[in-house]
Amino acid sequence: MQKTVANFSVKYVQILDEKGNVDKKLEPKLTPQQLKDLYKWMIVERTFDNTALALQREGRIGTYAQSLGEEAVHVGSTFACNDDDMVFPDYREHAAFIMKGVPIKNLFMHWGGSEDGMKIPDGCNIFPVCIPVGTQTLHGAGAAIAMKLQKKKSATLTFVGDASTSTGDFNEGLNFAGTYVAPAVFVIRNNQWAISVPRVCGKSDWGGCQTRAETLAQKAIAFGFEGIQVDGNDVLAVYSAVKEAFDKARAGKGPTLIECNTYRLGPHTTADDPTRYQDPKILKEWQAKEPISRFRNYLKKKKLWNERFEAAVQAEAKKMVDQGVLEAEKHKPKPTDMFDTMYKELTPNLKEQRDEFG
Amino acid sequence: MSLAKLTIVESVRDALDNEMAQDERVVVLGEDVGVDGGVFRATDSLYKKYGDHRVVDTPLAESGIVGVSIGMAAMGLRPVAEIQFDGFTYPALDQLFSHAARLRNRTRGRYTCPLVVRFPYGGGIRALEHHNESPESYFIHTPGLKVVIPSNPYDTKGLLIAAIRDPDPVIFMEPKRIYRAIREEVPDGAYTVEIGKAKILREGTDVTLISWGAMMRETSKAADAVAAQGIRAEVIDVRTLSPCDWETLFASVQKTGRAIVVHEAPKTLGFGAEIAARIQEKLLLYLKAPVMRVTGYDTMFPYFKLEDAYLPNPEKIGKAIEKVMKY
Repeated sequence: MQKTVANFSVKYVQILDEKGNVDKKLEPKLTPQQLKDLYKWMIVERTFDNTALALQREGRIGTYAQSLGEEAVHVGSTFACNDDDMVFPDYREHAAFIMKGVPIKNLFMHWGGSEDGMKIPDGCNIFPVCIPVGTQTLHGAGAAIAMKLQKKKSATLTFVGDASTSTGDFNEGLNFAGTYVAPAVFVIRNNQWAISVPRVCGKSDWGGCQTRAETLAQKAIAFGFEGIQVDGNDVLAVYSAVKEAFDKARAGKGPTLIECNTYRLGPHTTADDPTRYQDPKILKEWQAKEPISRFRNYLKKKKLWNERFEAAVQAEAKKMVDQGVLEAEKHKPKPTDMFDTMYKELTPNLKEQRDEFG
Repeated sequence: MSLAKLTIVESVRDALDNEMAQDERVVVLGEDVGVDGGVFRATDSLYKKYGDHRVVDTPLAESGIVGVSIGMAAMGLRPVAEIQFDGFTYPALDQLFSHAARLRNRTRGRYTCPLVVRFPYGGGIRALEHHNESPESYFIHTPGLKVVIPSNPYDTKGLLIAAIRDPDPVIFMEPKRIYRAIREEVPDGAYTVEIGKAKILREGTDVTLISWGAMMRETSKAADAVAAQGIRAEVIDVRTLSPCDWETLFASVQKTGRAIVVHEAPKTLGFGAEIAARIQEKLLLYLKAPVMRVTGYDTMFPYFKLEDAYLPNPEKIGKAIEKVMKY
């Protein structure tokens, strides 16, 4: 006997097309102010990013990972969070920090080489930058399992990149979340690149790519929950998908995996040179699809955007970011700081080493 | 306070029971810890008493167990994760090294990781490969972790309770070879043994024998054997390897002028190397002989037909004592 024991499909969602035309049936119910806020946060992240890049080039901060072109993923996802939802980022989601209330000063302190930057203020529910990719999936799953155990109404939002989906921890995290029906939302920022290795396998039968899986969203199916794919340059699609996933999580219906298809318009980090491996034609195609101008076209059509609004948003973003730079550059850590929070209490051994600094 | 006669593994269970009863944030998780009560029965009966939400059977994924515990700890729980065997901690090292150990300092104290990872360690039970490891050095070498290894039922209970109450991540290594070898009186109810304090098991004036965990028994036997020849050995159970009670170790070696470290882990960069280095830094002019080490060899832990040859024993320790006494 032979039969099909399971059938699966993966949904794709786009609400704004590349010209900013909206699919009325799917358009989320957001107030004009909320729509303007979405736009503002994307401008804030873009401004932060441009400023950070300039500071790195001037040697005022260290190696920096740009968010250029991926703003809709970070802003749309975080916008769907409640204050008490906990975000588990990796290292590219600058807007998630800012929207969760972390002062921009802290981000520049972090990228400027001080742990003090990730001393996240109380009440800002976001974990620190996580550099070993994929490992944070387990923290997001574990925190969600804890929230369920504690009977809280909150949920977790974990960001990973496309390459993280190859790691063991990503797969273990999804499996734990699925097993305990945890209130967890996992967002894949599929920017098509892991430094120089592309997400998609071409015609080669010899690797050189991240995975031969047709979508990354389908990985959820293996763990018993839904994975969907959205246009990651469409902030409304990202927001709607993540919002729906949060509603589902809060209703006790478990996790969701959302693959956001976007494109890394900058290098991996400031230490990377994408001209060594990237086809400039493809870059150009994706530049035309970038998320901010698309959303601006949508706002224009809704008569929520004009030159005055643009100038005001740009000025506000610049002020926030400039203020952050100014404050961060005043920060001067002391050598003894490296010892003081290794443990709750300084051990005798560390005290002896700390005393070398007087 | 009444007393019960408990083995080491029963003391583990008793400590968990005590802490789960008095603090609802304490959650036990791991492979087979629930219905089955753990492969060594260290969590026996806890599932019945506290239910499946606090004694949590997990998928078989060690990195997952530790990574999920980190997320739980950050949310205010007090997870006690069991890794089934020493050799299976290796998939979880990334989570321990990269996150558990660093979360507090990475955020300058904003997030913390009050987590215990406990597992049976060491050889001598004729087990399969990967079930005989003594990986303590990896953890001691990782700033941000604490490392505790008890050698008897009383300390097991007191140290495990202290570990669960500790605000930082603690690696709790249980000497499985003597899980059931010793039965001694252990007080009912909660008590703690301070993390960071060694214990002098026997006072002596001629040589200091330093060890921990299952090797304490071999070391004490060696001390008994040389006592007949009039050599008075001081025996120290390090108990907590990180933070280490250097003061107690130094005071003893300053008195005896001779030191031997005994451990199962391979010699190179075993904790004996650190102890020897620190003793010569502090006490060179007090030393009457070089600091010696009786340890496992720099080989993989052999399959069980050769494990007796690999492990330190009273004869090997006795030879080292003879050497330092005659130096």
